Order: sequence, then C-alpha cells, then structure tokens
Amino acid sequence: MSGAEKLEALREKLVADGLEANFAHGLLAVALPREDVLAIATRLKDEFGFDLFLDVTAVDWPERKPRFDVVYHFYSTRDHVRVRLKTTVSEEEPVVDSLVSLFGSAGFMERECHEMYGIKFHGNPDLRPILLYEGFEGHPLRKDYPKEREQPLVRYRT
Amino acid sequence: MNSPSEKTGSFEFLTTKKDELVGWARKFSIFPYPFVTACCAMEFMSVSSTIYDTDRFGAALPRFSPRQSDLLMVVGTIAHKQAPILKKVYEQMCEPKWVMAFGVCATSGGFYRNYATLQGIDTIIPVDVYIPGCPPRPEMVIDGIMQLQDKIASARHPILTDKF
Repeated sequence: MSGAEKLEALREKLVADGLEANFAHGLLAVALPREDVLAIATRLKDEFGFDLFLDVTAVDWPERKPRFDVVYHFYSTRDHVRVRLKTTVSEEEPVVDSLVSLFGSAGFMERECHEMYGIKFHGNPDLRPILLYEGFEGHPLRKDYPKEREQPLVRYRT
Repeated sequence: MNSPSEKTGSFEFLTTKKDELVGWARKFSIFPYPFVTACCAMEFMSVSSTIYDTDRFGAALPRFSPRQSDLLMVVGTIAHKQAPILKKVYEQMCEPKWVMAFGVCATSGGFYRNYATLQGIDTIIPVDVYIPGCPPRPEMVIDGIMQLQDKIASARHPILTDKF
C-alpha cells in the first residue's frame, strides 16, 4: 500500500467520524473543533503512525470570528505522508489543549506560538517567552500589533 | 662588528610628533573583536582570508576577548534581545577603541523594520566607520578599514602618562 493510498484510507475513516478532511497540496488537511485536537492527534500517533510532530502555528484573521486558526502538521516517518490539523479559537478564549503529553517537541513550538500569537496551550507547563524577552508586551505576529513598535532593552543614546 | 659608540651609517634618531608616532603605531595594530551575528559573517571570512587579506592592514588577528581588542566589528543584524550583550561587550573594551558597523543591518537595521531589530547599532554605542552593503563587498570593507586607519592616524592621541 503506497503512502497516498494509506492517506486516502485515513481520510475515509476521518470522514466517517464526521470530520472534514480533504487533500491539499499533497497532504491531508483536516478541519476540526478545538475540543477534538488532542483526541485526533492521539489517534494519528497511535493508530496511523504519525510519529513526528512538525509544527504548530497560528493564523490571525482580524476581521473574522472566531479570530484565530491554529494549525498543526504531522509527518509519518513510516509512510512518508503528512497531515494538517486546523482548528479555530476565539480572541476572547484562545485556548487549545497542549500536545506535550504526546510529543515532547511540542513544548518549544507551543511556547513560540504562545508568545507570537497569544494562543494558550492548556497543559503546557512552561509557556515562558522563547524568542522574545521577559517584559515584551503584546504579541508581535498579531495583525493589530503596530508594525513599527519597538520595545528596546537598552536605553538609546541621545 | 661595530662597537656601540661607532657610527654605523644608519640613522640613529628621527624627529616626529608624538601624536603622529602613536597614531602610526596604532593604525597598523588594530586587533578586531568580531561580533558576528548573521550572514555578513561569510563576507567577513572572505575579507579576512587569503585573497583580500586584512592582515595587510594590521587588522587580521581576531581577539575573542573584548578586553584585548581595539576594534569592535559588528557584523550582522542586532536584535533588541541582543542589544544588552553588545553594549556590555563595548563597555568592556579598553581605550582606545573603535567601532565598525559592518553591513547595512548593523548600520541602520537594513531591510528589517519590525518589533525585533535594532535600527542601527549607533542607537546604543558610538560608531566610527559605517560600511553599507548587503553584504558589503570585500573592497568596501578594505576601504572602511583604510578610512579608519586615516581617522586613527590623524586623531589626537592623548597623554599616555604624565611624562609622555
């Protein structure tokens, strides 16, 4: 069974469970409510062999409600195929479940997503800034962060 | 063998001004501290190695301690998170000291204009010579070093001790 056939079999199972799953640019893109992220990621890892967590990031749609997409990518080192999970969270409650219980590498990526977009990952024990510094106000990759706003740590020469 | 008192034909003294003598000596012994943060480092390696060879200008031996160096070469983009480190390195250097902004990011922030990037190192430390370019060509770096040498040679070099 080739990778593409396995992905098609996976798609049929997910669609049978009532999820929206389509192919996009050669990978399987799954849209799901945020409550299901941890459960589906667990299934992907345990049943379908998606053992590599590639990335988690967010997309800001300032005009839209709910405002944020949270996007996950997984890779199967056995079948060499990829899956994308996409969920939405609101500006008032930007919370999703953390995947650190499944993938240790999720810790750092969730920290970055947290500081850049302000998405909170429920269950991640360490959401300190990783690329930014302590005391940085706001979330710089949100569209409403003023693009020329700087927060220098050293006082400028006059 | 000449005895010490015998005239040898070679000159035994010369007259000059103290500032010129000290400036001449200092301009050929610039020990750089390479503060290298980004892709300009490739050009820095190129300019300091065989073909272009900054050793011809006495500026080849990098000292990886700010306390032993004269020239702070800031090579690459400086982020706000890094600015305190750069400032501390500068403050640890002994006088006399000079600063070179190598590449357009160190000069002005370059094409970065966002939350992360310092808009030129001269916002936090004084700079003697700016080398634009992304990255600068080795000829531009050599030109910058020669301009710095001119600046050193023509500068006042204050009293070293109360006798000199």
